[in-house]
Amino acid sequence: MIGIPLSPGVTTAPLLLLDEPLSFWGGSDVATGEITDARHPQRGTSAAGRALAFDGSRGSSSSSTVLAEQIRRGVAPAAILLRRPDAIVALAAIVARELYAIEVPVVVLSAGDFDALPRTGTVTVAATDESAEVRIEEAGRR
Amino acid sequence: MKHAISEPALTGAQRAMLAGRHGDGAALAMRVVVRLARALGADRLITVDSAHVDGCLFHGQVGIDLVERLISGGARVAVPTTLNVGSLDLLHPGVVRGDAGERADARRLMDGYVALGAEPTWTCAPYQLTERPAYGRHVAWAESNAIVFANSVLGARTDRYGDFADICAAVTGFAPRVGLHLDENRAGQDLFDCSGVPAGTFAADVAWAALGHLVGRRSGTRVPVLTGLPGDADEDRLKALGAAAASAGGVALFHAVGLTPEAPDTATAFRGRAAERRFEVTAADLRAACGELTTAPDGRLDAISVGTPHFSAAEFRALAALLAGGPPFDAGIEFWISTSRAVLAEAERVGDAAICRRAGARILVDTCTYIAPVLRASARVVMTNSAKWAWYAPTNLGIDVVFASLAECVLSARAGRVVRDPALWAAS
Repeated sequence: MIGIPLSPGVTTAPLLLLDEPLSFWGGSDVATGEITDARHPQRGTSAAGRALAFDGSRGSSSSSTVLAEQIRRGVAPAAILLRRPDAIVALAAIVARELYAIEVPVVVLSAGDFDALPRTGTVTVAATDESAEVRIEEAGRR
Repeated sequence: MKHAISEPALTGAQRAMLAGRHGDGAALAMRVVVRLARALGADRLITVDSAHVDGCLFHGQVGIDLVERLISGGARVAVPTTLNVGSLDLLHPGVVRGDAGERADARRLMDGYVALGAEPTWTCAPYQLTERPAYGRHVAWAESNAIVFANSVLGARTDRYGDFADICAAVTGFAPRVGLHLDENRAGQDLFDCSGVPAGTFAADVAWAALGHLVGRRSGTRVPVLTGLPGDADEDRLKALGAAAASAGGVALFHAVGLTPEAPDTATAFRGRAAERRFEVTAADLRAACGELTTAPDGRLDAISVGTPHFSAAEFRALAALLAGGPPFDAGIEFWISTSRAVLAEAERVGDAAICRRAGARILVDTCTYIAPVLRASARVVMTNSAKWAWYAPTNLGIDVVFASLAECVLSARAGRVVRDPALWAAS
């Protein structure tokens, strides 16, 4: 599927589809990438190294710093797939790329493509500044 | 999808900055602004008059790395830039506890922003300072309560800026032309009719915070229009309303008809469109909102925290009037006032700060009691008149909260336990 790149990068990673939005600040462990929000259905799951798919972030704008810090520490998602453009997530990837030359691709999928994402699977993301391609392999039932 | 990727159209001056003509630091900031503009689908950038930066609160090394890359690249802020709270009280060292290494990092981050030319205001309420954005002007403000105040009460225009975007807009003087900078996104969407609430109810400050909480819960990030409010609300009431709506929901702009600049009447607030949703607000709704902001039963109380957003000079005056000549606070209660160094200087000058201290209050500046470890570790139940503090503290600090009026805070501080003011809702 073809998406809109908010920040470029190339990676293959296991999919983690979130059932609810996430605030990285207050909702995830900056040192490990684990989801810690007590009210989140996937609390206890780690997003580190996963292709994290969610509608968009919620909550504090400090989430940009927390996600960028996770990228610096190597515990961030390997890629992020969104249902809508999200400035907080985009800024984290943009700034981490500037400071550390680490690329975490951030891609917006169409609502149809996003809703068709499987529950599990392996995702390959290839995003440049101009275009983004997302391939799902070994898809598990949603 | 809302937009396809396209480059924002840049002016010659903007392209020169991108190409490094103003130094590597400005070029870095410009790349961030332009990439953000692309991500949000902006057709071009707008010039901003001022910036308010939230990124000076320490969350990790990345914050220091960005500010120091900007400094080493020769960057300076291009527009008047105020700074939000940091993680330390620089005027009262030792008040904020915590690991020495983290305190040193927090200080390094705060110093870095000052080195970029930002003003060391350290306040979440920059609208209490003398210089304020003019009606209709574009600014790049971060911090949710400052954003909603700038948009709704001052009638300036800022989108929801946060970490990184704020300082990059300050250094470049530009921001993406999107969101609340645009007329069409400033039209009201939800109508909250408050005409059924007894007029006397809004004589209590607590009703304004409760209304903000209710509006935030129902409107989320939409634009609410409030009708039927008394026309004499001061800025502190609008501050309480906006801060609650911003933290419980994500409201960045509200229109209070007859009170705020873009809402002289309902039709103007909706920019001629129809309300998409309508809510009738009752006194019972406001009472329920107060209940939602309280997690502890009446009884034990360890501490009181007021001033989130920062206490204003008028609030100092009101608290001093409640305290003057009265008995001191119970020795078992910690009473904290969070404010800015600028407001504290004024409260010192007129004597209000001394009255508050004499009663037993402690004053914190440059930071805030819910983001820095200030309350004693044994504090389990804390009273506050701030809906924002009440909303965040159970999660951030792991404590129980009692939402109350300023007068109830004083009664309770003297008694050493939760005391309710029976007159509070009597008018309703």
